[in-house]
Amino acid sequence: MAKRKVVLTFPPERVTQPIAYHLVKDFDLIINILRAEIYEEETGRMVLDLEGDAEKIEQGIAYLKSQDAKVQEAARDIFLDEDRCVDCGACTGVCLPGALSLNKETWKLEFKKEKCVFCELCVRSCPVQAIQVKF
Amino acid sequence: MVKTFEEINERIKKGEAVVVTAEEIIDLVKEKGIKRVAQEVDVVTTATFSPMCSTGAVINFGHSDPPIKMSKVWLNDVPAYAGLAAVDVYIGASELSETLGLRYGGAHVIEDLIAGRPVKLKAIGYPTDCYPRGELETYITKDRLNQAYLFNPRNSYQNYPAAVNSSERTIYTYMGTLLPRFANATYCSAGQLSPLLNDPYYRTIGIGSRIFLGGGVGYIAWEGTQHNPTRERTEKGLPVSGAATLALIGDLKGMSTDFLRAASFHRYGTTMFVGVGVPIPILDEKMVEFTGVSDADIYTTISDYGVPLRDKPALGRVTYKELRSGEITLRGKRVPTAPISSYAKAREIAALLKSWISEGKFLLQEPIESLSQDRTVESLEILREEEV
Repeated sequence: MAKRKVVLTFPPERVTQPIAYHLVKDFDLIINILRAEIYEEETGRMVLDLEGDAEKIEQGIAYLKSQDAKVQEAARDIFLDEDRCVDCGACTGVCLPGALSLNKETWKLEFKKEKCVFCELCVRSCPVQAIQVKF
Repeated sequence: MVKTFEEINERIKKGEAVVVTAEEIIDLVKEKGIKRVAQEVDVVTTATFSPMCSTGAVINFGHSDPPIKMSKVWLNDVPAYAGLAAVDVYIGASELSETLGLRYGGAHVIEDLIAGRPVKLKAIGYPTDCYPRGELETYITKDRLNQAYLFNPRNSYQNYPAAVNSSERTIYTYMGTLLPRFANATYCSAGQLSPLLNDPYYRTIGIGSRIFLGGGVGYIAWEGTQHNPTRERTEKGLPVSGAATLALIGDLKGMSTDFLRAASFHRYGTTMFVGVGVPIPILDEKMVEFTGVSDADIYTTISDYGVPLRDKPALGRVTYKELRSGEITLRGKRVPTAPISSYAKAREIAALLKSWISEGKFLLQEPIESLSQDRTVESLEILREEEV
């Protein structure tokens, strides 16, 4: 079993398609939708975990692309500017999955990307604007 | 055994002073006892690195030719107060940009200046015989200013309440984002490292004290605004909520963005993280007792920011040890906690000040006047003239 976390961006005309259904039904993938949104300009965005046979995941991604979805690896899209960060810890108060935490020895901020669910609460909560999520 | 500031300074000058941080002294007291520590240790360094809105800088630009009496001034589109002499202004950290709003404010101007980045100066005035020019636009840098000094009317709060939110919606505060129905709690103090929690009755910290400020040297100028020393205290003399405050002053040109950092709190506004380090001389055993205090001894009040009133309901007390554990129990519910004040930075500052003193580069200044111990805080009543 392989696992990948991806960010999908859909053009407005694809927003209504039952994409998740096809990923489950046609490619036998276990999907976990971490976040789904439709923006003002009607672009759709979805962050999801894909779990299943590695080859099937590739086929699923190829299917998504055939549906005009832009597919990005999620993990690459989070930036913590360590020079800007002052290790205050304000972000840890809103990070319910515990991806951002303070090390209890050094009191410096640690970011465990694999726990991140892309809620973006940390981005707004960082007082020195050291966290950016780019999709 | 009693030591004086002079004796301690002599030892500092000779490079013989024994200096420890307010964290290190905790274990030292456990290991050696109060008596021995009082004999062996000369100075304890304390520090804090927290956002403080009551931060700002006085700047003198020098005169243009022909000169102008600046009456309205903007620095990178952030208004600065110019109701002073012709080219003096005060820029406050929480003043917002007229073009960028909450994202950029006076704090960011101050940080840009310290970093050596050019800042756009726009000024208008009313032409007079003394000052014929009506307006100007130019760029300034730190090095070309006559004076630029930080002046914080309030800083270094002696304790501060922890914040929670009982309401049904997320609220955005200077204590960070508070999630609804007590889903998180935030707190903002360096606790056992914090200056005024290590000298709770201001025996050694007072007006004139030399301090570490923003990476350079500064002084305590006055009691801070809303100085509230009469707050309820625990048996150890530690206030259980916001109490004393300090007004601080220091040369901006000697400061570093490592220890002075602009901040913008979402849907609240701009403010500034200010790094402060205060040395405490171990004059006697009492000062060992005071500086030996640990997070387990320091309580703060849990305050409900979900109630948008001046007097927010107090929901109980917790120690900083509990807050630092990452979770407190409130009304039977487990509530995750997060700091707003950087403990890592406070530690760095305490260590840096320790090295300055150990190397003989920083002497202690005995206060020329003590801070008030009986001041109370007045509130603002909304009155008609005949009710005054």
